Amino acid sequence: MEKIPILRMGDFLLVTIQVDMHDRLAMALQDDLTQKISETSARGVLIDISSLEIVDSFIGRMLGNIAAMSRVLDAQTVVVGMRPAVAITLVELGMSLPGVRTALNVDAGMELLRESLNGHEGIRHGSNF
Amino acid sequence: MAVISSETIPVTSEPDIVFVRRRVRETAAQIGLSLVDQTKVVTAASELARNTLIYGGGGAMQLESLNGPRLGVRLTFSDNGPGIPDIQLALRDGFTTGSGLGLGLGGTKRLVNEFAIESKVGQGTKIIITRWK
Repeated sequence: MEKIPILRMGDFLLVTIQVDMHDRLAMALQDDLTQKISETSARGVLIDISSLEIVDSFIGRMLGNIAAMSRVLDAQTVVVGMRPAVAITLVELGMSLPGVRTALNVDAGMELLRESLNGHEGIRHGSNF
Repeated sequence: MAVISSETIPVTSEPDIVFVRRRVRETAAQIGLSLVDQTKVVTAASELARNTLIYGGGGAMQLESLNGPRLGVRLTFSDNGPGIPDIQLALRDGFTTGSGLGLGLGGTKRLVNEFAIESKVGQGTKIIITRWK
């Protein structure tokens, strides 16, 4: 079965969505990521959507779910690389992705994750990032 | 108004939704819609195709490119599903039935220039949208 790869880099998980996902693939990614966060005790998830030509309500909801589930598992999610045309369309559609942190690109997203991790330091035992 | 091209695409499975997006994108690009307008009409198509599949039990989309007075792309989604009992309610933002998959038709309507809906309970639904250049 088709799968979106999830890469691990230190305390973070990285996902680059490079295909036009059908709904089941998006659901599978949501499940895989949640599983992976728990398995690896990841503290952050970075999702790069710069290849996505559209984000409709289904994908938008998936991004919101991932952000919410990762938060419950004590990890932060940042969505990066949204195309301007996609941002315009999403807002007009009525989805402003509440609860989803975004950054313009991967660098800014990593920065955001590191900052939030540093702010968190000491709360979780053994995390010495 | 002249129809430059017309094709019908079945909407009976999830991969069909992906194909609908691709064909609408190609057609919208062909008639020279701006990138933002292409994105809007493809997103609208994705929303409606999903509705056709999930709520309508499957159906089809007719994809037409138009000429006159301007260039445009017109999409007609039809299904023989249960129909929509209260169209005003379905057009309200945030409206969705049980499964919680939809955003309501209101958002989709904002993405296009023209939006028409016909629905008969027990017979099916037809939604026609047009985006002009």
